[in-house]
Amino acid sequence: MAKILVIAEQQQGKLHRQSWEALAAGQQLGEKLGQPVAVALAGKELAALAKELAAKKVEGVWTLEHDLLARYTPDGYALAFRQLVEKLQPSYVVLPHTYQVRDFAPKLAASLQRGLISDCIGFRVEGNVPVFVRLMFQGKTNADTVFAGEPPWFVTVQAGAFRADAVVAGSAAAAVQKFDVALEAGEIRTKAEEPFREAKQAVDLSQAEIIVAVGRGIKEAQNIELARKLASLLGGEIAASRPICDEGWLPMERQVGSSGQTVAPKLYLALGISGAIQHVVGMKGSRTVVAINKDANAPIFEVADYGIVGDLFEVVPALIAELEKASS
Amino acid sequence: MNILVCLKQVPAKDATLRISDDSAWVREADIGFEVNEPDAFALEAGLQLKEKFGGEVVVVTLGPERVRQAIKEALAKGADRALHVQDDKFYQLDPLQMAAALAGAVKGEKFDLLLTGLQSDDHGFGQTGVLLAELLGLPHATIIMEIQVQDGRLRVKRELEAGWFQWVEMPLPAVLTIQSGINKPRYASLKGIMAAKKKEIRGLERSTVLPADARPTQQTKRIYVPEKTKKTELLTGTVKEAAGKLLEKLRHEARILS
Repeated sequence: MAKILVIAEQQQGKLHRQSWEALAAGQQLGEKLGQPVAVALAGKELAALAKELAAKKVEGVWTLEHDLLARYTPDGYALAFRQLVEKLQPSYVVLPHTYQVRDFAPKLAASLQRGLISDCIGFRVEGNVPVFVRLMFQGKTNADTVFAGEPPWFVTVQAGAFRADAVVAGSAAAAVQKFDVALEAGEIRTKAEEPFREAKQAVDLSQAEIIVAVGRGIKEAQNIELARKLASLLGGEIAASRPICDEGWLPMERQVGSSGQTVAPKLYLALGISGAIQHVVGMKGSRTVVAINKDANAPIFEVADYGIVGDLFEVVPALIAELEKASS
Repeated sequence: MNILVCLKQVPAKDATLRISDDSAWVREADIGFEVNEPDAFALEAGLQLKEKFGGEVVVVTLGPERVRQAIKEALAKGADRALHVQDDKFYQLDPLQMAAALAGAVKGEKFDLLLTGLQSDDHGFGQTGVLLAELLGLPHATIIMEIQVQDGRLRVKRELEAGWFQWVEMPLPAVLTIQSGINKPRYASLKGIMAAKKKEIRGLERSTVLPADARPTQQTKRIYVPEKTKKTELLTGTVKEAAGKLLEKLRHEARILS
């Protein structure tokens, strides 16, 4: 029977948050098409993570464990998942659009002479055919995209496009099955070293629930302190649009946008950010967006739930005063 | 070291786009074009490697007549020659076909390193480099922030997510996709612009480089400007009032703050 295969991602014993979003997308696609969903995970020592996945409404969990999959390589992952896809013959393979997936999913699909619709923000089903929606021109337009030819069809979903908390739990734990992968050391052409961080205290903005972001409107490096104070009172992280990081006022890892992080916090507070699409693509998945900007015509207001048209150097101190009043 | 750089020309960042009547692309007559930003970094990376190790830099691009401008810029910056797959309907190709056309265009050539930007600012599939590697049977690495060449092997720094990086080693030839910001792309010199006039631009037809059996695996049915789904509630009054209203909304309507 036709089924949907979701490929989850893990790193160092933790499931990537977007794995849940991909699973939500897979479940919703399965619901619409009347197809069950299986989920797969590659690496080593995956029992605990497989159990987490098996608690969700899935037909089964496949673990692909091998010494050569202990550290990610595109060759290893593409070869391993290809073997599973050939065995299961799914109709659709759904993956999160992470950096790692971008590195191996096109190769995996092409090795089977199949296509990959990348970075989808949603889908609808017309007849029995899913139409996937993706962004083009840096988010200036949408594009309705359909598959051609034979399944399996590969699709990746953009960070924040599907909600992790929309994953449906299972009534009983699903079966976890080991899938034996045939891999030879000689088939892996790249040698990956240990991942490292350059900043001493690197921040994972994708995990932040509240983000206060600054743009050109902050004017000077020293003014970032004001935003930092607001972030700290809200219990959030500070972030910025690209020009701020290019100036070196905040480290690169705090950059949100097409060349930085993609975030989807509960609250995104944009201070003096005009809302160029390169920035907006990185934060439009946020649950609630607040924009504070002097320019009433700034595009950031297009994606904001709440807006204050005003000088951030007046509005932010007023917010800080109100928050301090509330906490005292 | 012989290096291929895949370049794409895309609508200028500040262009106001209008959708074409058939909803398949944008109205090109209305707008300006520029080299896809990550591709400009890929070209610079190629030129720097050539300066260090010798060899030549060849650029390949796919598109209508207008992309010759992007080719000329690359030649003026120091690329040695160019391949242009002429195709007015390039936007109808899916990622796999585009990569197959590029692979077809370089058939018979011998490159040590093939570079692309990590994604294009028009289609934004982000697949070309990886697909090219698969089609040519080469190893690859994506989102590269630094390139080292040692004893005929490649050692590159991949950007991972959330501030993480990783060094990856592989044999040559290989394909890399380059992240914006890896270097500072140069400007063309007057001398470079003059020299570019004598450099070869070889035109190729799509039909001669794309295998007839390279059928589309996906199809873009319709491009459209998204409807605004969010209704913005503007909070007004004095600064103090607006700030108070915002916090009230975040506490009781959005239920984010306690």
